Amino acid sequence: MNLHEYQAKELLSRNGVNTPEGQVCDTPAEAKNIAEKLFGDGHDMVVVKSQIHAGGRGKGTFTSGYQGGVKLLKTADEVEASAKAMLGETLVTKQTGPEGRKVNKILVAAAPAIKKELYLAALLDRAIGRPILMASVEGGMDIEEVAETSPEKILKVVVDPAFGLEAFQARNLAKQLGMSGKLIGQAAKLFQGVYNTYMNCDASLVEINPLCIVELPDGSESLVAVDAKISIDDNALFRHADIVGMRDLEEEAPLEIEAGKFDLSYIKLDGNIACLVNGAGLAMATMDIIQHFGGSPANFLDVGGGASKEQVKAAFKIILSDPNVKGILVNIFGGIMQCDIIASGILAAVEETNLNLPLVVRLEGTNVAIGKKLIEESDLSVIGADSLSEAAKKVVEAVA
Amino acid sequence: MAILVNSDTRIVVQGITGSFGGKHAKLSLDYGTQVVAGVTPGKGGQTFEGVTPIFDTVSEAVAETQATVSVIFVPAAFAADAILEAVDAKVDLVVCITEGIPVNDMVRVKRAMEGSSTRLIGPNCPGLVTPGEGENSHGGCRIGIAPGYIHKKGHIGVVSRSGTLTYEAVWQLTSRGVGQSTCVGIGGDPVNGTSHLDIVKMFNDDPDTHGIIMIGEIGGSAEEEAAEWIAANCKKPVAGFIAGATAPPGRRMGHAGAIVSGGKGAASTKIQAMKDAGISVATTPSDIADTLLKMM
Repeated sequence: MNLHEYQAKELLSRNGVNTPEGQVCDTPAEAKNIAEKLFGDGHDMVVVKSQIHAGGRGKGTFTSGYQGGVKLLKTADEVEASAKAMLGETLVTKQTGPEGRKVNKILVAAAPAIKKELYLAALLDRAIGRPILMASVEGGMDIEEVAETSPEKILKVVVDPAFGLEAFQARNLAKQLGMSGKLIGQAAKLFQGVYNTYMNCDASLVEINPLCIVELPDGSESLVAVDAKISIDDNALFRHADIVGMRDLEEEAPLEIEAGKFDLSYIKLDGNIACLVNGAGLAMATMDIIQHFGGSPANFLDVGGGASKEQVKAAFKIILSDPNVKGILVNIFGGIMQCDIIASGILAAVEETNLNLPLVVRLEGTNVAIGKKLIEESDLSVIGADSLSEAAKKVVEAVA
Repeated sequence: MAILVNSDTRIVVQGITGSFGGKHAKLSLDYGTQVVAGVTPGKGGQTFEGVTPIFDTVSEAVAETQATVSVIFVPAAFAADAILEAVDAKVDLVVCITEGIPVNDMVRVKRAMEGSSTRLIGPNCPGLVTPGEGENSHGGCRIGIAPGYIHKKGHIGVVSRSGTLTYEAVWQLTSRGVGQSTCVGIGGDPVNGTSHLDIVKMFNDDPDTHGIIMIGEIGGSAEEEAAEWIAANCKKPVAGFIAGATAPPGRRMGHAGAIVSGGKGAASTKIQAMKDAGISVATTPSDIADTLLKMM
């Protein structure tokens, strides 16, 4: 599950990470009030940031023509005007796709005087099964690009999960990032806060980009998490009721939400051949073989190891709500699941949804003979196939 | 021979009184596997199917029945604890079937298992099967949820992250009259107990295994590591397949570990690494068995 920037900053500040003073809101009037307070506190600049689950907001364009989903402003009136231009409008960035995302909330925050931008993240290193902190002096940039072009600029600290991030490890990292003086102690506290946020929230990623060295009005330096992104491990949500409350359903695809209700794993893709498969690996392989024979998969859909008749029906309804779908491939390896039960689920779904698209069904496994017979004897037009390659060829031909 | 388990292996089932665990314990018993004990805290003293004794703790079960392998079917929220209980009881092998365990729980388990002689397979895996000599491979060792009858005793080792895709490959072999030594599903989670490489090394050392099928998927770099070792050390023909060539980056494809992120874990890089290591990579999931058989 992904969080908004303002939510990520809230979790970080609970763990002692310094974030810019500010507040989230959903009306221009509130935005103006927050800005007046910030200017009244002595801040010279205020930033208005669209809250959507996508990067590239600053360089994005609203469908209204308004430029930029992040604005640096000098007066409360400008903040109000900018809030008016963003709220309720659709922002298109390089990560949203052409349809963009509707901005329902904006974050209004103090914009500190930035001296240097760094990158910091806490995540899992799969190869060793331990959490790491990853940092770079190349802040504000796309970190994947940095990893590609100058991998030596990516620093990594492996954390022993039994003990957490030790203070000396954090100080060493600060030093490697070029910090000195009081900043080293501050950085150590911040790095530990970021690691603790990662562990305490069961995050799969905590990313601060940029992490900024800023100049305070008295001329001294300080460290601030200017932008933040957090993703939570879905499997751990059961023990984080507060974080579940932060879920923004408007940021998720409606069909994927619907699939979740039936314990189906569904991801919409751009093609026109829908697939319904049991098992994640076989579901991916089925998508691959469709493409191999020149077709294009409309979705990933794993009905799980022991799908019921109801789940199969729900799965059909979900894949059929995608208007791009021109044909369906069902590929079931009924190991524990019995093919005859799957077959009757398919037939019930076909009847109930008045399916009039080509449907190719490949069944293998327990009770396969009975399953195939059920399908053959029905008066519904279902195209049978004995192997996965035959099934894929047939469905690609059917939609051609 | 085979690897890890054989028809004499004695198994304890953690979570045997749950519907999922019970169903598969019964299927394993029917397959002829030595399911000698069950564990459900609070239900010690009862029996499963009227024969298999149930204990409150794994250590009691091990002491009373000399089980050497534990298989775990308990719900995700309690699975990490169940794994550590089995490790503490010093079984040789723990197979965790449970899906949906928080990643941090597995990070903790992996840390706690450092220095332990117990091996973990999974979590989120179908388990493993060493086929038997009877009809439909009856009499073998079936641990987990794979359908027993699709197997056939023989000399091909199969290792895979996914369940049904493993069955697909096994069934292709069996349909062509080719049997398997052992088939191992290592699971689709980002942090797991046993890697492709661990299993490939065992197959390489097993005189009963004459060829290896290694099935991977997008995410992580475990397949690349195995490929590198195979190139330098493996004496046996290896065929492979990688699922997820069509998966878009940044989207998790069902398995928690199946995600292309930060430019890493793409199918194309894995396939290239495997080809560079002399592994024959099947172009479609329908050709996995034939790809290996052509090499032998």
